[in-house]
Amino acid sequence: MSENERYEAVIGLEVHVELGTKTKIFCNCPTTFGGEPNTQVCPVCLGLPGVLPVLNEKVLRYALRAALALNCEVARFSRFDRKNYPYPDLPKNYQISQYDLPLARNGYVEVNGRRIRIKRLHLEEDAGKLLHEGDGAQDKWSLVDYNRAGVPLAEIVSEPDIRTPSEARAYLESLKAILQYIGVSDCKMEEGSLRCDTNVSVRRKGETGFGTRTELKNLNSFKAVEKSLEYEIARQISVLEDGEEVVQETRAWDESREITVPLRGKEEAHDYRYFPDPDLVPVVVDQALLDEIRKEIPELPSAKRQRFIREYGIPEYDAGVLTADKRLADFFDECASRYRDPKVVSNWLMGEYLKYANATGLSFAEIPVTPEGLVELLNLQDEGVISGKIAKTVFEEMLKTGERPSEIVKKRGLVQISDENAIYAVVDEVIASNPNVVRDYLGGKEKAFGFLVGQVMKATGGKANPAKVNAALKKRLGKE
Amino acid sequence: MTELWAMPAWKIHELYEKGKTSVEEVCRTLYRRIEEVEPSVKAYIKLLPEPDGKGADGRVTGSPLGGIPYALKDNICTAGIETTCGSRILSGFVPPYDATVAAALKKAGAMLLGKTNMDEFAMGSSCETSAFYPTRNPWDLRCVPGGSSGGSAAAVAGGEAVFALGSDTGGSVRQPASFCGVVGMKPTYGRVSRYGLVAFASSLDQIGPLTRDVRDCARVLGVIAGHDPRDSTSAVAEVPDYERGLLEGRKDDLRGMRIGVPKEYFAQGIQAGVKHAVMEAIKTIQELGAFVEECSLPHTEYAMAAYYLIAPAEASSNLARYDGVKYGYRSEHWSDLTGLYTKTRMEGFGPEVKRRIMLGTYALSAGYYDAFYLKAQKVRTLIRYDFAKAFERFDLLVAPTSPTVAFRIGERMDDPLTMYLSDVCTIPINLAGLPAISVPCGFSEGLPVGLQIIGKPFDEPGVLRVAYAYEQATEWHLRIPHLDGVEAAKRIARNDGQVSADE
Ligand SMILES: [Zn+2]
Repeated sequence: MSENERYEAVIGLEVHVELGTKTKIFCNCPTTFGGEPNTQVCPVCLGLPGVLPVLNEKVLRYALRAALALNCEVARFSRFDRKNYPYPDLPKNYQISQYDLPLARNGYVEVNGRRIRIKRLHLEEDAGKLLHEGDGAQDKWSLVDYNRAGVPLAEIVSEPDIRTPSEARAYLESLKAILQYIGVSDCKMEEGSLRCDTNVSVRRKGETGFGTRTELKNLNSFKAVEKSLEYEIARQISVLEDGEEVVQETRAWDESREITVPLRGKEEAHDYRYFPDPDLVPVVVDQALLDEIRKEIPELPSAKRQRFIREYGIPEYDAGVLTADKRLADFFDECASRYRDPKVVSNWLMGEYLKYANATGLSFAEIPVTPEGLVELLNLQDEGVISGKIAKTVFEEMLKTGERPSEIVKKRGLVQISDENAIYAVVDEVIASNPNVVRDYLGGKEKAFGFLVGQVMKATGGKANPAKVNAALKKRLGKE
Repeated sequence: MTELWAMPAWKIHELYEKGKTSVEEVCRTLYRRIEEVEPSVKAYIKLLPEPDGKGADGRVTGSPLGGIPYALKDNICTAGIETTCGSRILSGFVPPYDATVAAALKKAGAMLLGKTNMDEFAMGSSCETSAFYPTRNPWDLRCVPGGSSGGSAAAVAGGEAVFALGSDTGGSVRQPASFCGVVGMKPTYGRVSRYGLVAFASSLDQIGPLTRDVRDCARVLGVIAGHDPRDSTSAVAEVPDYERGLLEGRKDDLRGMRIGVPKEYFAQGIQAGVKHAVMEAIKTIQELGAFVEECSLPHTEYAMAAYYLIAPAEASSNLARYDGVKYGYRSEHWSDLTGLYTKTRMEGFGPEVKRRIMLGTYALSAGYYDAFYLKAQKVRTLIRYDFAKAFERFDLLVAPTSPTVAFRIGERMDDPLTMYLSDVCTIPINLAGLPAISVPCGFSEGLPVGLQIIGKPFDEPGVLRVAYAYEQATEWHLRIPHLDGVEAAKRIARNDGQVSADE
């Protein structure tokens, strides 16, 4: 048994998700990403003297939707608190957050059959961004962009239920899928609309207590979450194996070196002096509102996965891949409900479609092909209008232009040749010009047949109906 | 005939309607008066060269405050006009927006004369913690005008503004009103929008009018009260027509009114002259037909302690934003971020503000929160409960506004605890969020005494009704201080070493 196998990891995730409301949490400024610095600000989000926050009702509704989708208990009464700490990206030098009475608690996410519990979900405002000019100690200026200040965040804290780095990643993927499904966040880690810190400790298998944990920051992708945890778990185990103790600290993931390093300077134990924000009234959520919100929640990934398996008879693996993204799942759903063989649809989507998306980096929304188009393509193939090979060519075109397959086929003259006379003419020509191959075939070399078929297809530009080519060849060569 | 500068708004408005005076004349008179007495009173931090507002175009009759010149406490934001809160740390801060009350007054046609002096960030009871200079009491220039809205009270008392707005966190409108012999009201918490009022203690702050008489108070309150979607804590309750309520009700008859006199407000520290004046006033109210009886608010003695934990706690957080990064004062003596913060705040805040920031930070700190902040909130609940119980028996309560009359400038500056006692009769009302008014009820040692009338939440009409009936039965509100202008100031400057002769 290797040392790694004698230990298990205990992992908890703290995820910040930007809610995709049009305006900020306490004022009417737009939340659009990437605006010129300090153009999406007003006295309220700049924290000017005398201003007051007013909760954006849409933010509350989004957060409630998330809470219900994550199976949380929603608090009938919650409130906002001030988290006091000075930093130039924080206009008021306190952040409006929720402390001891969060909006929701005790939820869970189903990850590969395991339930990862969610401890709490609460609302808070985002801070601005600091931009440093120059580097290190030579920094001459730090500039502040407050466009992001006041963008609504939902903080989702898991219980330490996660046991492996890959499970942490799977949890994040599930979370992302759910939040995208319910339309409350686009969860783009690269734009910062989903951010994640992790807590990790290790213990010997069979133990129930927790080891000393470290907190990992600077995780910019799902891959970074997984890799940093792998590294950190191995590091902690080797520290323990060396008879030393893990130090409770915050460490940063160094992407280029693929290691975790202690954050510069010991972090002081912060006293945030939380207290209820007297500028905001308590958030009271009644049953009627919850019922209303519940109606806004669409079928969630796990339910959809089960339904795809049940209704369309596709393998569990396919269902998992197809439901990871709502747009993809909807695409499949629409095709599968109109086409006789859902597995064929699944193959096309998991094959050509995803390959194209990955290769181009385009999001599903940016790929113009429609479910109607794919179904039409499959039907053209079934009807023998085009061959399977041509179908792939046509689909490539559809992915780029979104044009209907029948149009593409017509425009490019891709209609399959099924006319027997035309096929026999080509077949005869191929037989005549390849006597040696014909002899080999007649002498028992089955492989030679494939070559002849290929020659016919080549001569017809791939348009000949393969079944008819087969039949014609066999007949001419006296095998039928 | 009374001078224009000594008239209440409603009277000036009547003259406007009859065509007997003009906005130009009123403004001219006011500015002349200001020129004469301001060097000795020093009510203003900033005086505008000409009044800001729409009233000057002559359309003054439509709106009840059209063409009426007024003053704003300098913690109420005014677009394009520097707002300092009486603090060095906000020097140069020009708000890009109007406070909701400032916008409402502008819309009503009132004309802003300037921004009045105040204790720094409204922390004080004498106007002496102002970073600029102390304001003096028009009744006796050796005395403080009260605080923190001392500039607003002195401006009205001295005839330098027809009315003014102040803010009241623990008595900051009522106590200076009492010291300066004018009417001052703190409305129910949530009755007037706080948007644009630079926060001191958010759960206690409330803007209120300072006026020459009760009728003006009702008129101004009617303009500034109401729900504001920019203030989550502002009440949606409908705003009654306060002034019409006064004029249509019976002014000489308080029969059916049940009025309680909380004995705790007459306990330790009350000056005999103040007690006498207030008891006389209560007798008058009784003669008007009200049923008056002593009552008890048993947790009153804990109010001060609770207030001096809650208010500084909120202030410590509210004032955190003044750090030299974004606006206002910035120290030049720094080399890193922490240095920028500490030097700016060290140089920008005065000693009283620093004292309260430290108190509040301590009260919220881990390990002390439960014992201080949380306990204070529990006391606050008990005080609310005291009032709720009293209001089961009584419609209103009456008490002194302050246990003393105005004290001498400099007298209490080195003794914060004695200074804090100035607000012992007003603080519990803020903790309970109730409406209360201070009306002039006599004199002691030649200085005005204030009678405080306290109502149930949103019973401003009841408070105003009793105040008005009392006012109509007496003549205290008609008295005007005899200010002999600049000469007096010079004399005082010569005789009183505490006040610099900076005129
Ligand atoms: Zn804003």
